[in-house]
Amino acid sequence: MKAAVVVFPGSNCDRDMAVALKAAGADVTMVWHKDADLPDGTDFVAIPGGFSFGDYLRCGAIAAKSPICKAVINHANRGGYLLGVCNGFQILTETGLLPGVLMRNAGLKYICKYIGLEVVTSNSDFTHGYNAGDILSIPIAHHDGNYVADDTIVAQLKDQDRVAFSYTDNPNGSVSDIAGILSENRRVLGMMPHPERAADDGHGGTDGKAMFRAIVDAVVTA
Amino acid sequence: MKARVHVMLKNGVLDPQGEAVRHALGSLGFDGVNGVRQGKVVELDLTESDAAKAEAQVNDMCEKLLANTVIESYRVEMI
Repeated sequence: MKAAVVVFPGSNCDRDMAVALKAAGADVTMVWHKDADLPDGTDFVAIPGGFSFGDYLRCGAIAAKSPICKAVINHANRGGYLLGVCNGFQILTETGLLPGVLMRNAGLKYICKYIGLEVVTSNSDFTHGYNAGDILSIPIAHHDGNYVADDTIVAQLKDQDRVAFSYTDNPNGSVSDIAGILSENRRVLGMMPHPERAADDGHGGTDGKAMFRAIVDAVVTA
Repeated sequence: MKARVHVMLKNGVLDPQGEAVRHALGSLGFDGVNGVRQGKVVELDLTESDAAKAEAQVNDMCEKLLANTVIESYRVEMI
Protein backbone atom coordinates (compact mmCIF):
# COMPACT_ATOMS: atom_id res chain seq x y z
CA MET A 1 0.00 0.00 0.00
CA LYS A 2 1.27 3.45 -0.90
CA ALA A 3 0.59 5.88 1.92
CA ALA A 4 1.22 9.62 2.08
CA VAL A 5 1.50 11.57 5.33
CA VAL A 6 0.84 15.30 4.92
CA VAL A 7 3.13 17.67 6.82
CA PHE A 8 2.05 21.22 7.67
CA PRO A 9 4.05 23.82 9.57
CA GLY A 10 3.14 22.88 13.13
CA SER A 11 2.33 19.21 12.52
CA ASN A 12 3.89 17.17 15.31
CA CYS A 13 2.49 13.66 14.93
CA ASP A 14 3.59 13.19 11.32
CA ARG A 15 6.55 10.95 12.12
CA ASP A 16 4.60 8.87 14.65
CA MET A 17 1.98 8.35 11.95
CA ALA A 18 4.62 7.32 9.41
CA VAL A 19 6.20 4.88 11.90
CA ALA A 20 2.83 3.27 12.66
CA LEU A 21 2.00 2.92 8.96
CA LYS A 22 5.43 1.50 8.10
CA ALA A 23 5.17 -1.00 10.95
CA ALA A 24 1.88 -2.17 9.45
CA GLY A 25 3.59 -2.71 6.09
CA ALA A 26 2.80 0.51 4.21
CA ASP A 27 5.19 2.26 1.89
CA VAL A 28 5.14 5.81 3.30
CA THR A 29 5.99 9.16 1.66
CA MET A 30 5.92 12.47 3.52
CA VAL A 31 4.16 15.21 1.56
CA TRP A 32 4.68 18.94 2.19
CA HIS A 33 1.67 21.26 2.44
CA LYS A 34 2.85 23.37 -0.51
CA ASP A 35 2.91 20.37 -2.87
CA ALA A 36 0.02 20.52 -5.29
CA ASP A 37 -0.11 16.78 -5.95
CA LEU A 38 0.04 13.53 -4.05
CA PRO A 39 2.64 11.00 -5.22
CA ASP A 40 1.38 8.87 -8.14
CA GLY A 41 -0.50 5.80 -7.03
CA THR A 42 -1.23 7.01 -3.50
CA ASP A 43 -3.81 4.65 -1.95
CA PHE A 44 -4.06 6.20 1.47
CA VAL A 45 -3.52 9.68 2.89
CA ALA A 46 -3.05 10.49 6.57
CA ILE A 47 -3.44 13.98 7.98
CA PRO A 48 -1.56 13.91 11.28
CA GLY A 49 -2.07 15.69 14.56
CA GLY A 50 -0.35 18.85 15.70
CA PHE A 51 -1.01 22.56 15.54
CA SER A 52 -0.98 23.35 11.83
CA PHE A 53 -0.41 27.06 11.24
CA GLY A 54 -0.40 27.61 15.00
CA ASP A 55 -4.15 26.94 15.21
CA TYR A 56 -4.54 30.53 13.97
CA LEU A 57 -8.07 31.68 13.05
CA ARG A 58 -9.63 28.28 13.85
CA CYS A 59 -7.97 24.89 14.34
CA GLY A 60 -7.32 23.45 10.88
CA ALA A 61 -8.87 26.35 8.97
CA ILE A 62 -5.74 27.54 7.20
CA ALA A 63 -4.39 24.04 6.56
CA ALA A 64 -7.70 23.12 4.93
CA LYS A 65 -7.06 25.80 2.26
CA SER A 66 -3.45 24.77 1.53
CA PRO A 67 -2.44 23.51 -1.95
CA ILE A 68 -2.05 19.88 -0.84
CA CYS A 69 -5.58 19.85 0.57
CA LYS A 70 -7.04 20.35 -2.90
CA ALA A 71 -5.25 17.17 -3.94
CA VAL A 72 -6.41 15.43 -0.76
CA ILE A 73 -10.03 16.43 -1.42
CA ASN A 74 -9.76 15.09 -4.99
CA HIS A 75 -8.25 11.87 -3.62
CA ALA A 76 -11.20 11.46 -1.23
CA ASN A 77 -13.74 12.33 -3.91
CA ARG A 78 -12.22 9.62 -6.13
CA GLY A 79 -12.88 7.13 -3.33
CA GLY A 80 -9.37 7.15 -1.89
CA TYR A 81 -8.73 6.26 1.75
CA LEU A 82 -8.13 9.18 4.10
CA LEU A 83 -7.48 9.35 7.83
CA GLY A 84 -7.37 12.53 9.91
CA VAL A 85 -6.24 12.28 13.53
CA CYS A 86 -6.70 15.09 16.04
CA ASN A 87 -5.67 18.25 14.15
CA GLY A 88 -6.16 16.08 11.06
CA PHE A 89 -9.81 15.55 12.06
CA GLN A 90 -10.21 19.31 12.57
CA ILE A 91 -8.75 19.88 9.09
CA LEU A 92 -11.13 17.34 7.52
CA THR A 93 -14.16 19.08 9.04
CA GLU A 94 -12.84 22.43 7.79
CA THR A 95 -12.52 21.03 4.25
CA GLY A 96 -16.14 19.84 4.47
CA LEU A 97 -15.15 16.22 3.78
CA LEU A 98 -16.60 15.34 7.19
CA PRO A 99 -19.58 17.11 8.77
CA GLY A 100 -19.60 19.08 12.01
CA VAL A 101 -16.84 20.95 13.77
CA LEU A 102 -14.45 20.52 16.71
CA MET A 103 -14.88 23.25 19.31
CA ARG A 104 -13.01 24.15 22.50
CA ASN A 105 -13.24 21.39 25.15
CA ALA A 106 -16.21 21.94 27.41
CA GLY A 107 -13.89 22.16 30.43
CA LEU A 108 -11.66 24.66 28.55
CA LYS A 109 -8.56 22.67 29.44
CA TYR A 110 -6.06 20.91 27.19
CA ILE A 111 -6.38 17.22 28.01
CA CYS A 112 -3.59 14.70 27.50
CA LYS A 113 -4.33 11.20 28.82
CA TYR A 114 -5.40 7.68 27.93
CA ILE A 115 -9.15 7.38 27.52
CA GLY A 116 -11.57 4.50 26.99
CA LEU A 117 -12.60 4.37 23.36
CA GLU A 118 -15.51 2.22 22.26
CA VAL A 119 -15.53 0.81 18.75
CA VAL A 120 -19.06 1.64 17.60
CA THR A 121 -18.87 -0.04 14.21
CA SER A 122 -16.51 -2.59 12.72
CA ASN A 123 -18.07 -1.94 9.31
CA SER A 124 -15.23 0.03 7.74
CA ASP A 125 -11.79 -0.73 6.38
CA PHE A 126 -10.36 1.19 9.34
CA THR A 127 -12.21 -0.66 12.08
CA HIS A 128 -12.76 -4.18 10.74
CA GLY A 129 -9.89 -5.45 12.89
CA TYR A 130 -12.01 -4.74 15.96
CA ASN A 131 -15.42 -5.92 17.11
CA ALA A 132 -18.19 -3.43 17.72
CA GLY A 133 -18.32 -2.86 21.46
CA ASP A 134 -14.58 -3.37 22.00
CA ILE A 135 -13.17 -0.86 24.46
CA LEU A 136 -9.70 0.37 23.49
CA SER A 137 -7.23 2.36 25.51
CA ILE A 138 -5.96 5.18 23.27
CA PRO A 139 -4.47 8.56 24.24
CA ILE A 140 -6.05 11.91 23.49
CA ALA A 141 -4.12 15.19 23.47
CA HIS A 142 -6.24 18.16 22.51
CA HIS A 143 -7.73 21.48 23.49
CA ASP A 144 -10.40 21.55 20.79
CA GLY A 145 -11.95 18.12 20.57
CA ASN A 146 -15.53 18.93 21.45
CA TYR A 147 -17.43 17.53 18.46
CA VAL A 148 -20.42 19.68 17.56
CA ALA A 149 -22.99 19.03 14.86
CA ASP A 150 -26.70 19.77 14.63
CA ASP A 151 -29.29 17.14 15.54
CA THR A 152 -29.99 16.26 11.92
CA ILE A 153 -26.34 15.47 11.21
CA VAL A 154 -25.92 13.49 14.43
CA ALA A 155 -29.06 11.47 13.62
CA GLN A 156 -27.77 10.86 10.10
CA LEU A 157 -24.35 9.72 11.39
CA LYS A 158 -26.06 7.25 13.71
CA ASP A 159 -28.62 6.01 11.15
CA GLN A 160 -25.89 5.41 8.60
CA ASP A 161 -23.65 3.68 11.16
CA ARG A 162 -20.99 6.31 10.62
CA VAL A 163 -19.95 6.89 14.23
CA ALA A 164 -16.72 4.87 14.28
CA PHE A 165 -15.65 5.53 17.87
CA SER A 166 -17.18 7.01 21.00
CA TYR A 167 -15.77 7.92 24.41
CA THR A 168 -16.69 5.69 27.34
CA ASP A 169 -16.28 8.70 29.64
CA ASN A 170 -16.75 11.88 27.61
CA PRO A 171 -13.70 14.07 28.30
CA ASN A 172 -14.51 17.11 26.16
CA GLY A 173 -18.26 17.60 25.82
CA SER A 174 -18.62 16.01 22.38
CA VAL A 175 -22.22 15.52 21.31
CA SER A 176 -23.32 11.88 21.81
CA ASP A 177 -19.78 11.07 23.09
CA ILE A 178 -18.58 11.04 19.47
CA ALA A 179 -14.81 10.53 19.12
CA GLY A 180 -14.55 9.57 15.45
CA ILE A 181 -16.75 9.57 12.36
CA LEU A 182 -16.75 8.09 8.87
CA SER A 183 -17.67 9.63 5.53
CA GLU A 184 -20.68 8.37 3.61
CA ASN A 185 -18.52 6.00 1.52
CA ARG A 186 -16.80 4.87 4.78
CA ARG A 187 -13.34 5.59 3.35
CA VAL A 188 -12.66 8.82 5.22
CA LEU A 189 -12.20 8.61 8.99
CA GLY A 190 -11.67 11.54 11.33
CA MET A 191 -10.95 10.92 15.02
CA MET A 192 -9.60 12.92 17.95
CA PRO A 193 -7.77 10.08 19.81
CA HIS A 194 -4.30 9.10 18.58
CA PRO A 195 -4.08 5.45 17.46
CA GLU A 196 -0.52 6.08 16.22
CA ARG A 197 0.49 6.77 19.83
CA ALA A 198 -0.72 3.32 20.87
CA ALA A 199 0.89 1.24 18.15
CA ASP A 200 4.16 0.01 19.67
CA ASP A 201 5.07 -1.77 22.91
CA GLY A 202 7.25 1.21 23.76
CA HIS A 203 4.17 3.44 23.80
CA GLY A 204 2.69 1.62 26.74
CA GLY A 205 -0.20 0.28 24.70
CA THR A 206 -0.86 -1.25 21.29
CA ASP A 207 -4.63 -0.95 20.92
CA GLY A 208 -4.23 1.32 17.89
CA LYS A 209 -2.16 -1.19 15.95
CA ALA A 210 -5.11 -3.13 14.55
CA MET A 211 -6.38 -0.02 12.77
CA PHE A 212 -3.22 0.42 10.73
CA ARG A 213 -3.04 -3.30 9.98
CA ALA A 214 -6.68 -3.29 8.88
CA ILE A 215 -6.25 -0.42 6.47
CA VAL A 216 -3.08 -1.89 4.94
CA ASP A 217 -4.81 -5.28 4.54
CA ALA A 218 -7.84 -3.63 2.94
CA VAL A 219 -5.79 -1.89 0.30
CA VAL A 220 -3.45 -4.79 -0.39
CA THR A 221 -6.32 -7.22 -0.96
CA ALA A 222 -8.46 -4.70 -2.91
CA MET B 1 -10.87 50.62 1.44
CA LYS B 2 -11.00 49.02 4.85
CA ALA B 3 -13.38 46.45 6.20
CA ARG B 4 -14.09 45.06 9.60
CA VAL B 5 -15.50 41.56 9.96
CA HIS B 6 -17.27 40.46 13.11
CA VAL B 7 -17.39 36.70 13.60
CA MET B 8 -19.68 35.34 16.31
CA LEU B 9 -20.89 31.90 17.30
CA LYS B 10 -24.43 31.36 16.07
CA ASN B 11 -27.25 31.49 18.56
CA GLY B 12 -27.74 28.14 20.19
CA VAL B 13 -24.08 27.11 19.86
CA LEU B 14 -22.68 26.75 23.36
CA ASP B 15 -19.72 29.07 23.91
CA PRO B 16 -17.54 27.54 26.66
CA GLN B 17 -15.13 30.49 26.61
CA GLY B 18 -17.94 33.01 26.98
CA GLU B 19 -19.27 30.96 29.90
CA ALA B 20 -15.86 31.01 31.57
CA VAL B 21 -15.70 34.79 31.16
CA ARG B 22 -19.18 35.10 32.67
CA HIS B 23 -18.10 33.08 35.72
CA ALA B 24 -14.96 35.19 36.09
CA LEU B 25 -17.01 38.39 35.96
CA GLY B 26 -19.32 36.99 38.62
CA SER B 27 -16.39 36.19 40.90
CA LEU B 28 -15.15 39.79 40.48
CA GLY B 29 -18.44 40.97 41.85
CA PHE B 30 -20.07 41.94 38.55
CA ASP B 31 -23.50 40.56 39.28
CA GLY B 32 -26.25 40.62 36.75
CA VAL B 33 -24.33 39.35 33.72
CA ASN B 34 -26.81 36.92 32.23
CA GLY B 35 -24.65 35.79 29.38
CA VAL B 36 -21.34 36.37 27.61
CA ARG B 37 -20.66 35.53 23.97
CA GLN B 38 -17.11 35.84 22.72
CA GLY B 39 -16.27 36.45 19.07
CA LYS B 40 -13.54 37.75 16.77
CA VAL B 41 -12.96 40.97 14.90
CA VAL B 42 -10.87 40.86 11.72
CA GLU B 43 -9.76 44.11 10.10
CA LEU B 44 -8.87 44.07 6.41
CA ASP B 45 -7.00 46.67 4.39
CA LEU B 46 -8.07 46.24 0.76
CA THR B 47 -6.74 47.57 -2.55
CA GLU B 48 -10.25 47.62 -4.04
CA SER B 49 -11.67 51.16 -3.96
CA ASP B 50 -15.24 50.37 -5.03
CA ALA B 51 -17.23 49.80 -1.85
CA ALA B 52 -19.75 47.37 -3.35
CA LYS B 53 -17.05 45.25 -4.99
CA ALA B 54 -14.95 45.30 -1.84
CA GLU B 55 -17.90 44.20 0.27
CA ALA B 56 -18.64 41.35 -2.13
CA GLN B 57 -15.01 40.25 -1.89
CA VAL B 58 -15.08 40.32 1.89
CA ASN B 59 -18.29 38.29 1.99
CA ASP B 60 -16.59 35.71 -0.20
CA MET B 61 -13.59 35.70 2.18
CA CYS B 62 -15.92 35.08 5.11
CA GLU B 63 -17.63 32.17 3.38
CA LYS B 64 -14.33 30.59 2.33
CA LEU B 65 -12.07 31.19 5.32
CA LEU B 66 -12.83 33.81 7.95
CA ALA B 67 -15.92 32.13 9.39
CA ASN B 68 -16.92 28.50 9.72
CA THR B 69 -20.57 28.87 8.84
CA VAL B 70 -21.42 25.55 10.48
CA ILE B 71 -21.19 27.29 13.85
CA GLU B 72 -20.36 30.92 13.16
CA SER B 73 -22.16 33.91 11.69
CA TYR B 74 -20.40 36.99 10.37
CA ARG B 75 -21.14 40.64 9.75
CA VAL B 76 -19.15 42.84 7.38
CA GLU B 77 -18.70 46.52 8.07
CA MET B 78 -17.05 48.75 5.44
CA ILE B 79 -15.06 51.56 7.07
